[in-house]
Amino acid sequence: MTATPRGDVVASAGARERSGRFGRRRRSALLTRRDKIVLAVMVGIPTLIQLVFIWIPTLLSVGLSFVRWNGIAFSDIRPAGLSNYTYVFKDYPPFWPALEHNVLWLVFLGVIATPLGLLLAVLLDQPLRGSRIYQSIFFVPVMLSLALIGIIWQLFYSQNAGLLNFLLGTAGTPRAVDWLGDSNVNIWAALVAATWRHAGYVMVLYLAGLKGVDPSLREAASIDGANARQVFFRIVFPVMRPINIVIIVITLIESLRAFDVVYVINRGTNGLELISALVIQNLVGEGQVIGVGSALAVILLVISLVPIIIYLSRTFKKDAA
Amino acid sequence: MPTETVSAFRKIANTTVDRRVLLAGAMGAATIPLLAACSTGGGSGTKKTETFTFGSNASDPVPKKAYANMVSKFITKTKDKVTTNTVDHNSFQNNINTYLQGSPDDAFTWFSGYRMRYYAAKGLAAPIDDVWDKIGGSFSAGLKAASTGDDGHQYFVPNYNYPWGFFYRKSLWADKGYEIPTKFDDLVTLAKKMQADGIIPIGFADKDAWPACGTFDYINMRLNGYKFHLDLCAHKESWDQPKVQKIFDTWKELLPYQDPSALGATWQDAATALAAKKTGMYLLGSFVTQQFTDPAVLADIDFFAFPEIAVEGQDAVEAPIDGLMLSKRGGQNQGAKDLLAFLGSPAGQEAYYAIDKSNLMTVKGADTSGYSAFSKKLAGVIADAKNISQFFDRDALPAMASNVLEPAMQAFIKDGTVDIKNLESQAKTLYAAQ
Repeated sequence: MTATPRGDVVASAGARERSGRFGRRRRSALLTRRDKIVLAVMVGIPTLIQLVFIWIPTLLSVGLSFVRWNGIAFSDIRPAGLSNYTYVFKDYPPFWPALEHNVLWLVFLGVIATPLGLLLAVLLDQPLRGSRIYQSIFFVPVMLSLALIGIIWQLFYSQNAGLLNFLLGTAGTPRAVDWLGDSNVNIWAALVAATWRHAGYVMVLYLAGLKGVDPSLREAASIDGANARQVFFRIVFPVMRPINIVIIVITLIESLRAFDVVYVINRGTNGLELISALVIQNLVGEGQVIGVGSALAVILLVISLVPIIIYLSRTFKKDAA
Repeated sequence: MPTETVSAFRKIANTTVDRRVLLAGAMGAATIPLLAACSTGGGSGTKKTETFTFGSNASDPVPKKAYANMVSKFITKTKDKVTTNTVDHNSFQNNINTYLQGSPDDAFTWFSGYRMRYYAAKGLAAPIDDVWDKIGGSFSAGLKAASTGDDGHQYFVPNYNYPWGFFYRKSLWADKGYEIPTKFDDLVTLAKKMQADGIIPIGFADKDAWPACGTFDYINMRLNGYKFHLDLCAHKESWDQPKVQKIFDTWKELLPYQDPSALGATWQDAATALAAKKTGMYLLGSFVTQQFTDPAVLADIDFFAFPEIAVEGQDAVEAPIDGLMLSKRGGQNQGAKDLLAFLGSPAGQEAYYAIDKSNLMTVKGADTSGYSAFSKKLAGVIADAKNISQFFDRDALPAMASNVLEPAMQAFIKDGTVDIKNLESQAKTLYAAQ
């Protein structure tokens, strides 16, 4: 999924070149009735899918955030004005902590997890014995299912039977840290678990990026007398600019949609509130309050739009240039 | 006395069935409707074979087998065709809204309480007054009230229930000379003593957020009475009043004696701690005993009711009831109604209890000779109760429990503060959306 944005850029750039050379002639001469139908189908179906699965639900969520509804009969829908939003901002205690936690998540991923992924990539890009094996090991967390992650970290963090307290020598004593239950530490425990996933993800992307760096650039820099560190920071890293942008966007989006780790720990309560978890709690299941859940979803959408717009505007600017 | 009449009734019912089967062979099928119409114990009046589906949330192995046994006994009795669809317990609960609006099964497992009344009021469940005409005599007034919707019709047939209270290990208490507290102050004194003895007085686990409702409900009912509990759950009483503040103030006296690691522990963890004598007592539903796999420990477990505080003594017991309801479509199906009537009879509940012994049968006249002394004690507590509550998340709007009170209690457990004004403003928004 993540390699695609870059892949798209490359592919569309290639397409542009081709159409520049042959496009005009072909369009006027060769566009038969059949081509038009094929084109219409090829454009129409994805548009329809977009419409049905993305735009309509989004607009419905926005609409539902302005009503009160119990989710049963349509006749029960009553307009609520902005009351769902005032509720979220004023009366809903988990909202502000959730927002703070999302920001903390972003900072932590940005400052620790992402650089860690980069470091792993650089280390494993060396001609190292068993490099592939290490790469696989670090990538495994990205592929694991929610349930497995829950079990793995439970084994690690459990207060009385967990590995961590055992290593600290506090297991079974009153001094044993309650890693998942103590709201002062559980967010950090969750962040470590999130880093464990995120770093592997970033590593794979950077490994691909490093492979794409022209080796002659490194050679030239070395010949000019640059040391390894200078080669990396002055040459390799700037050359990977497209990848860097993708990584920034991914880190942003990952921190906004962070959900799975806190959800398996305690469904995002007691110090682990995140906006995405609040959305789920209010929209799915017994605690369903459709209006409030929709309002939270819209807030999350608006926040997410910021990095998406920045990313898209940059991409289009480059295309236009 | 009622036991005898009901078991006599059952004898008649059984013999009728046997006789009918014999006669069916001897005289041909045509005579069956006639005979059945004469018989009183046959259950339903119509004898055509009904086909219906039964949606079950009993996904755990033991309850699943128990319901299967009950249904198979029912099929033997009526020759109806029943298809059971079992769904994962939590998913069933979470999807109930869409389930009931889509194409639900004719009969389905559910709970008594607000949620039963709510779906009844929304027209998503079928009234079963005719079933209650048959089974009404075998249930107490409290259980009938717990099966009745806001409109006065019945919508629910109880299967089993289980009481909440303090569980403890007899041997530990005998060793240390602890005595069962009947007053709240005695409880605090006892807790102090236990703490001095190096034991965590009250086991407690609230990682899953719902168990704390038990403490809240009991303090509320002992302080403000059963009626106030119901009205608060239905939001007929405001949360922003001294009576609610008093609940938390009283709780605060207990807080230092409840397991400080509660927020990271599940009820299973706390049950293990009780079994290991690390905690002195543990307030939970009697399902806690499922966790005591060692028979020696199980035999050492005893129970006492939550001590009295201000009003109504120990009259109210928290004893959630599980049972069956009919969907809108199921209301048209005589076979589904017969299934509910069967579960409301001793034969039906015994068939369930034969497999799942962790709960208590609700019907009068059920054969309780298989009960252990402990089960008998629990059943006695429920039978003696003047009022039976259903647990906060069943008596109140579920969103009020899961989105508001449960997180608020977690915060309270952490630092001992609660903002009742905020609870009220949240309650207003949530109840207004219904």
